[in-house]
Amino acid sequence: MRNFKLSIALLSGLLLVFSSLAFAKVEGDTITLGAAVSLTGKYSTNGKNTKNGYELAIKRINEMGGVKVGGKSYKFKIVYYDDESNGGRAAQLAERLIKQDGIKYMLGPYSSGITKAIAPVTEENKIPMVEANGASRSLFTKGYKYLFAVLSAANQYLEVAIDLAVERNGGKGVRIAMAFEQDAFSQDVKIGVVEAAKRTGSEIVIDDNLPKELNDMAATLAKVKALKPDVLVVSGHTKGALTAIRQLADMRVNVPMLAMTHCDAGKLSKQHGEKAEYALCAAQWHKSLTYKDNFFGNGMDYDRDYTAEYGSPPPYQSAESSAALLVWKDAFERANSFDTEKVRDALAKTNMQTFYGNIKFSDTGQNIAKPMVLFQVRCDGGKCTNKVVAPTKWASTKIVHPIPSWSQR
Amino acid sequence: MDFLIFKAPILMVQASMDGILLGLLFALIAYGMALQWGVMNIINIAQGELVIMGGYIAYFMYTAGIHPAFGIIVSPIIMYFVGWFLYKSIINRVVERDLFISILATFGISILTQQLMNFVFGADVVVAQSNFGTTLLFDDSVTLPNAKIFSALVSIVFAVALVLYMKKSRLGRAIRATSQNPRAAKILGVDTEKVYAATFGINAALCGVAGSLIAITFTLHPYVGLPYTVRSFMIVIIAGLGNLPAVALSGVGLGVFEEFADYILGTEFRIAAVFLLLVVILVYRRFKLSKKREYLK
Repeated sequence: MRNFKLSIALLSGLLLVFSSLAFAKVEGDTITLGAAVSLTGKYSTNGKNTKNGYELAIKRINEMGGVKVGGKSYKFKIVYYDDESNGGRAAQLAERLIKQDGIKYMLGPYSSGITKAIAPVTEENKIPMVEANGASRSLFTKGYKYLFAVLSAANQYLEVAIDLAVERNGGKGVRIAMAFEQDAFSQDVKIGVVEAAKRTGSEIVIDDNLPKELNDMAATLAKVKALKPDVLVVSGHTKGALTAIRQLADMRVNVPMLAMTHCDAGKLSKQHGEKAEYALCAAQWHKSLTYKDNFFGNGMDYDRDYTAEYGSPPPYQSAESSAALLVWKDAFERANSFDTEKVRDALAKTNMQTFYGNIKFSDTGQNIAKPMVLFQVRCDGGKCTNKVVAPTKWASTKIVHPIPSWSQR
Repeated sequence: MDFLIFKAPILMVQASMDGILLGLLFALIAYGMALQWGVMNIINIAQGELVIMGGYIAYFMYTAGIHPAFGIIVSPIIMYFVGWFLYKSIINRVVERDLFISILATFGISILTQQLMNFVFGADVVVAQSNFGTTLLFDDSVTLPNAKIFSALVSIVFAVALVLYMKKSRLGRAIRATSQNPRAAKILGVDTEKVYAATFGINAALCGVAGSLIAITFTLHPYVGLPYTVRSFMIVIIAGLGNLPAVALSGVGLGVFEEFADYILGTEFRIAAVFLLLVVILVYRRFKLSKKREYLK
């Protein structure tokens, strides 16, 4: 019996060694990256978008000559695991990628919550991770050294809307109504709005924290109707965005400016049509922006290539995921080495433009070179599209403000 | 800010109306729960998932170009068979067992249906458009979405129909008999197996109706079933089993209470307030019951 146990232990030990050999970080002409993404569970839609973004980028980079390190050309490959939209599972998988599969370079999962679960693992093992879908502010306050995020942090999402409202008000403070879900992401967005309100001398007249399970905002909107604020900001993921538009239209609540998150993920313009018109939406990226790189060209090119590959236009979650691989390639080439420390230092010095935007990391790993964009849903004969209205430098369209009242629409 | 509702009393009208309409919709889900809880002694944790499934049926009608309001006819028919199938495959094995076993079983069904819906319908949040418009009252200061009014009316109609059906029809009588004493009913020739299957089917059908109403008033997502389970559970706890008018009343009461809690305590405390009320009611009930016991002694 004892022998049996011993041999089992030996065998599993051997298996472990072999499995890590099979996935060594760089083997032959392949650099293997690891990622846990949500392919099942509640994040499966965006998990898939993330994976598509990664896949399109490695395909493109490999086709265009791969990564050149030490005069030799290498190809990218990614090992995926399905984290089932569960943070605990994701942390286990990160452990497995690093300890068992010998992965030395990580890509991020989908969502702030899951990135938060993985970051301590990569950090402890000193494995650099470039993530594209974790925007939570708390990711950048823990002093992580191996975490790099290509996207703007959550508190930056709706700041720009407040600035815009103040600008339209001739620089004077405005009256703000806030409706934020009680989850990590939305509360981060709220911090940004509160800071912007302080900075601009604006007054917060409604501050409603929506319970996670709430799908009825009637009370909040009745307050908006009674108090007539200058701007209403809503953040509650896709459900919040869709509920807000539905009930604003149903209750005929007039508000001069409406800004929210998750409009494109919620396919707001498609699902609600003209009811969603004039809503301002914060986004990490939009295809009409004029940033450029050598691999994907500009946003329009990316949109075209992605659509050809996957049959639907890319949401920003895919775009930022693709950008993460451009960052990896750039860092490997500048480091000219596979040593994780050298690659990490190269990542920290990243300063580049991609089709997705400029990328430059702060000491905390946050991308400080790319502003959030705001687009406005605009309809023309029943067909609704998103038009970028801010920041004005890259804007393709002029904002409609104030929003016409329901009786005139 | 906290007492906006007292400064603008018209908001009280708005809050009451919103609460009543919301409460009636929740009551519709609670009828089914009260029915099958009373008859089969099963607390169905998968109630909310049945609602969402019914909602997806209406949503798919909508994407196929049919008005989603017709979901209140199609959805219950399909959901009746879903309920019947669930009974025949799983529930019949736990119906006479311990309450804990049945809770575990329906909890399992709930997880399974969530994942299945995610797999089949995708994880996107969806809505169906009814384009029913809005009713404006008191010089536009109170707005009532017609979709919500429609939901409340449908809920009332189904409640009345259910009460009549229970009173008049043969199956209704059999269901009531089984609920009072399954053994005696069996001896007197009631096929209790059939009664249980029909009860679970009717419950699922009611969930189907509620789901189609939710598709046009709120949003649908494979994982948002739980609030509906919890809400209907609370309504039934307060109303008691086997008393449908009380279920409607308790639904409306909770709805109005919730809306007022939102204005007075703040949105973040509205669910907490409802749960607090539940605790108060349960403690009060126990207190009353224990008094009764002493008296009987």
